[in-house]
Amino acid sequence: MAETLLAATAVAKHFGGVKALRDVSLTIRSGEVYGLIGPNGAGKTTFFNCLTGLYVPDGGGFEFAGAPLVADAPQQAAARGIARTFQNIRLFGNMTALENVMVGRHVRTRAGVIGAMLQTAATRAEEAAIRQKAIDLLHYVRIEDRADDLARNLSYGDQRRLEIARALATEPKLLCLDEPAAGMNATETEALRDLIDGIRRDGTTVLLIEHDVKLVMGLCDRVAVLDYGALVIEDVPAVVQKDPRVIEAYLGA
Amino acid sequence: MKNWLSPRSTAGIVLIAAALVALPFVLATGGQAWVRIANFAILYVFLALGLNIVVGFAGLLDLGYIAFYAVGAYAWALLASPHFGIHWPVWAILPLGAGLACIAGVLLGSPTLKLRGDYLAIVTLGFGEIVRIFMNNLNAPVNITNGPQGITLIDPVSIAGFRFSGSSEILGVTLSGPQKYYFLLVALAILVIIVNLRLQHSRIGRAWQAIREDEIAAKAVGIDTRNLKLLAFAMGASFGGIAGGIFAAMQGFVSPESFSLIESIMILAMVVLGGMGHIPGVILGAVLLSILPEALRYGVAPVQKLLFGQILVDPESLRMLIFGLALVLVMRFKPAGLWPSPERKRELQPEKAGG
Ligand SMILES: Nc1ncnc2c1ncn2[C@@H]1O[C@H](COP(=O)(O)OP(=O)(O)OP(=O)(O)O)[C@@H](O)[C@H]1O
Ligand SMILES: [Mg+2]
Repeated sequence: MAETLLAATAVAKHFGGVKALRDVSLTIRSGEVYGLIGPNGAGKTTFFNCLTGLYVPDGGGFEFAGAPLVADAPQQAAARGIARTFQNIRLFGNMTALENVMVGRHVRTRAGVIGAMLQTAATRAEEAAIRQKAIDLLHYVRIEDRADDLARNLSYGDQRRLEIARALATEPKLLCLDEPAAGMNATETEALRDLIDGIRRDGTTVLLIEHDVKLVMGLCDRVAVLDYGALVIEDVPAVVQKDPRVIEAYLGA
Repeated sequence: MKNWLSPRSTAGIVLIAAALVALPFVLATGGQAWVRIANFAILYVFLALGLNIVVGFAGLLDLGYIAFYAVGAYAWALLASPHFGIHWPVWAILPLGAGLACIAGVLLGSPTLKLRGDYLAIVTLGFGEIVRIFMNNLNAPVNITNGPQGITLIDPVSIAGFRFSGSSEILGVTLSGPQKYYFLLVALAILVIIVNLRLQHSRIGRAWQAIREDEIAAKAVGIDTRNLKLLAFAMGASFGGIAGGIFAAMQGFVSPESFSLIESIMILAMVVLGGMGHIPGVILGAVLLSILPEALRYGVAPVQKLLFGQILVDPESLRMLIFGLALVLVMRFKPAGLWPSPERKRELQPEKAGG
């Protein structure tokens, strides 16, 4: 069995009276695509936000690649190898697609103010490498022809792809995608499926929040279901699909 | 940077260089006062480009920028004047002034940079006033700043025995004091322009822009937003400190009056009116806003005489009125500034439908 990449232990988060997460424990193994599903308001995005350091959990915590994650430190989570996209796309709208991906290289590069001012050989070499890597990633997600367009002028599907490219630029061990297929048509969703499949094949573990059940069941190695902030089940798709509690959660009691 | 070497840009650079060299001699035919006005315009270019790092690049609204200028000016004034009888050389005071301003920037920035937009503006505004009030009152019980009277007889810039005050002859050309400062200021301005240009298209510059665009997304890709904001603040402050030192040396006199809130607002106006974040725009804004009040000073009274046969309105208040009106008109009809960057222009355009 593959080793554990991420272990969440009793993660809790509440907003006033709303218990968005109730002691959620789950484990993600290296190399898998792990689906996180649940009805609207189940706490999926909140789980992402806790994991990536944007929210501080009220209880519990995460262990990632063998060491605990520091709460409340998004830049550290990225440095450790956790990258994400956002449910409501958050690109740098007035920067070009290429620049967006180049920003994603920030955490893996070094050049500082002095290097920039003196334009040292090391700085110039690093800058060239950043650009090349960003171009390669735009090819990887197949939007290389939009490289010089402002991010906000890209089509919806391309924006989602650009966000994935920017996340991949941080060289993540774990890529967290928050409803990447939302608003996509059938063809775009199919292409997205292939993209995620390719990302897994290239060795990056994927945590996928998605409402498109067909996509989730077809793609994921294992699936967890959240309902009212609590974990209902964590298992392979075939088992999850047949579980009566899941059916109830989705159809509503 | 390679495209700089294309024949057209080379020709452009040569032309600009020639104009910059000729300017102080042309202005001097109208009197040294004009050279001094040009000097202040360049000093403001320097200041505005320093503030541009904070406001234009990192997107932090700083209304107390003049405080760092004051720190640099007083550092020079106290360490190179008869006030304490200390006369340190340039190479010691200028970096020290920049360093002190930088420290002041970090001290102000580290607790406040968590604040957003308008809150940060208020805190920096308060800081600017506090520094000025300090300078005003640090004359008792121990006289440090000489209070409202200010400090006089400040040493001019002097490099390796070459003094920038008084006239001297170089290569057969006689240069007046202001003319010598002119060339020093142009050199410094070129330096800050290069720093701005290089920073903008660097890893750090991109990170600043990302923070400006979407701070949460910037954090999520691993940008340490707090440190980068602090860096912008500290860099802007250091440039303010350098400008302050040169100001003190050039004037030979400093007093708290020179560091009032209106000065901070003026420099911010230069950045915004010119075209925030766009280096040529900021330069244009600084030159226009520093020269316009002077031009009005000389123009308002004669024009009134010509039109009405007498001076109806106090020239000083009319001057500020016209100035204010000009600002309002520019912001109304060119909200992105007089010379915005192409990107910024697009930012202010409505989103493309379906985009
Ligand atoms: N910042 C916040 N402040 C207050 N309440 C919040 C906040 N974020 C989430 N919540 C609440 O927590 C609960 C879980 O929200 P969350 O966004 O995690 O759900 P979700 O599973 O991602 O839903 P969806 O499928 O609609 O995206 C909801 O009741 C939501 O209203
Ligand atoms: Mg959600």
